Amino acid sequence: MGWFLEHAWLIPVIPGVAFALIILFGKRMPRGGSEIGIASMIAALVLAGGAAYQWINRVDSSHEEVTPVLSRWEWFRIGDLRVSIGSHIDGLAVVMLVLVAFISTLVQIYSTEYVRGDRRYTHYFASITLFSAGMLTMVLAPNMVQLLLGWEIMGLCSFMLIGHWWEEKANSEAALKAFWTVRVGDMGLLVGIAMLLAIFNTLEIGKINELAAAGDFESKNLLMWAAVALFIACIGKSGQFPLHTWLPDAMAGPTPVSSLLHSSTMVVGGVFLVARIYPVFHIGLDMNIAGQRFNLVAVIGGITVLIAAALAFVQNDIKKVLAYSTVSQLGYMMMGLGVGAWTAAVFHIFTHAFFKCCLFLCAGSVAHTGSHHSFDMKKDMGGLRKRMPITFAAWIVSTAALCGIPFVSGFFSKDEIIDSAKYNDYKIFYVVGIIGAFMTTAYMTRATYLTFFGKPRGGAEHFAHELEHEHKTSRDSSWHITVPLVILGVLALVSGYLNAAPFKWHWFEHWTESSIGLPFGEGTFALPHPPEFSWSAAAPGLLLVAAGFGISLWLCRALFGSETSRLRGLTQRNPLLGAGHKFLVNKYYLDALYEKVIVRGIAYPISKAAYWTNQHILDGIVNTVGKTGRRTGDLVYKYIDQGLVDGAVNASGTTATSAGGALQPVQSGKVSMYGALLFGAAAVGGLVLVLVNT
Amino acid sequence: MLINQFLVLGAVLFCIGVYGVIVRKNAVLVLMSIELILNSVNINLLAFDRLNGGNDGAVFALYIIAVAAAEVGVGLAMVLLIFRNRKTISLDDLSEMKG
Repeated sequence: MGWFLEHAWLIPVIPGVAFALIILFGKRMPRGGSEIGIASMIAALVLAGGAAYQWINRVDSSHEEVTPVLSRWEWFRIGDLRVSIGSHIDGLAVVMLVLVAFISTLVQIYSTEYVRGDRRYTHYFASITLFSAGMLTMVLAPNMVQLLLGWEIMGLCSFMLIGHWWEEKANSEAALKAFWTVRVGDMGLLVGIAMLLAIFNTLEIGKINELAAAGDFESKNLLMWAAVALFIACIGKSGQFPLHTWLPDAMAGPTPVSSLLHSSTMVVGGVFLVARIYPVFHIGLDMNIAGQRFNLVAVIGGITVLIAAALAFVQNDIKKVLAYSTVSQLGYMMMGLGVGAWTAAVFHIFTHAFFKCCLFLCAGSVAHTGSHHSFDMKKDMGGLRKRMPITFAAWIVSTAALCGIPFVSGFFSKDEIIDSAKYNDYKIFYVVGIIGAFMTTAYMTRATYLTFFGKPRGGAEHFAHELEHEHKTSRDSSWHITVPLVILGVLALVSGYLNAAPFKWHWFEHWTESSIGLPFGEGTFALPHPPEFSWSAAAPGLLLVAAGFGISLWLCRALFGSETSRLRGLTQRNPLLGAGHKFLVNKYYLDALYEKVIVRGIAYPISKAAYWTNQHILDGIVNTVGKTGRRTGDLVYKYIDQGLVDGAVNASGTTATSAGGALQPVQSGKVSMYGALLFGAAAVGGLVLVLVNT
Repeated sequence: MLINQFLVLGAVLFCIGVYGVIVRKNAVLVLMSIELILNSVNINLLAFDRLNGGNDGAVFALYIIAVAAAEVGVGLAMVLLIFRNRKTISLDDLSEMKG
């Protein structure tokens, strides 16, 4: 079985314990607790690496179906329902464990330089360690409840990290927005889990997959609603249309956080959930409308690919370009899962993590060294190519991977998704895929041009002058930053060869696909096998990528390269283009829709209706009652009160006054004193109860 | 059955909570202390639930968790409003109830 596979539950436990240690002792440590965080992530990485090694051995040495390795303990029990906690290790879990531990380690090393001297340095490392622990808890969850636990830990930590610099109002608002938008989706997760329990009578992920794949459920309709509820959670977490609005705002956090959030954790959570209980989504969301069979996951993914890529064109903030690019790539993953290319989508998670993490860290490196902590490409960057050579090299390699240039990692994963869309009868999504690739190349060319080419502007110009003073041609960031960049850059280059279809290398597929419980074989919902790779099938996409590069480069040179271009200010002169530009800059008015229309639309009528009820109905009743009461009162006053009661009342009044005077000091207005009295009274009451009962 | 240990844990948590409610000046910390008290009750409920082998205690505990969540929601909203109006959440400054 293997020691590492059976003890995989240690992997999230170590960072979890490290979190507690950092909170308790971090401030007294010589490096403010960062050493505990890094050590715990390295330990987790070693364990994850061991687990991966033993898992590969297990798959290679087995001739039959490989079973997942489970180790579980009872967590709690309600009636007959026993919920366990532990680890469920299969191909998918192993991939994610290695990925999360690896990226977290690099990001933490990078952070030691990037947030050096920050006022909440220790808290930063505590949150980011707990964040990794949450993701690790989620990826090896044996049941839906542990998955929910990890999911929520991540939600909380993302709130803390995005709002790390909460003194600025925009940052704390971004943190709140991220938290609440994801929460909208989280309701779906709770409802979905409850429905899964109702349908399958179990919460174990392995069993759910098995039962769903075997078609062992009563009504497909119910399964569809469960899948819809769960998918809403995935949309929220993974920033899919229409809940993607929180992701770009989440850039308010420190750059290493964005990098971790956007590569291997948090946003991948939604895609991971779809991949984890894939049969539920594959069968549940299989729609049949107007004779056309399709999967809802693919539709949402496809829409996201295009709308997010379009938004990336109008951003001036380099991190926001990358953020929308992440949204778009997550769309690819969802699309891949939707069209039935499970392995390709999971492989895209794997390769995307390396190059997107690298791109974010490059952006951070530029801001940290080259542009005086500004992320504005138009104002403070430009011409950094020769001045920051390592960052530039890592950026170019990762950009090539993101665009899907042949023989770089992104090509192998993205091309397989697009290819599968074509062969699995999703022709429209094939077109969406290659147009998305075109747009990706175009906006990345724009970002690269603005950041690294042309004349230095603003902060970058200042940096160039500094270099001239020091008689240097280049100065890159310190090794804490460049070493992770180089490692990630190399992986962005080579990680794709684990599953390189053009060379018929399918190790990744071989190691992950078994033991998930995917519905291969015969039947209505059977998964198609991945298509054979052919260069002729990949050609249209590659041509469009080349076209995207060419057109974008030409436009960039014309727009940003010269002062007198005819193209300058085109959006101001041409009303149609101007309207389109405005539409994109305002992010399709989705934020306005959510805040002004939906929130107000719901909140205002409710308060209006409540006010109306209050004024007309309640007041009417109260007034009538009051009038009647008054008439009665007059009569009573005349005959009974004056004559009979007054004497008694006056007597009791005097008594009450004196009692009140005596008790007045007790009413001090101090809440703590009320509390003390309350508990004192309760204690006396308890004592009396004990005495009476004995 | 190790019932004693659970009850002791519950009692200790309860005492910490009561201490917090009485001593702390910060409204948020007082709310947190109230949570501690509620959870000490939960521990007792679950301990007795296990001892008697039923589900009633667990169900009660779930109810308490739900109610506590609502209570904290309302409580924090009140604290927020007080903070907006007065720029402080120190309980010592809120003594309008003085008779």
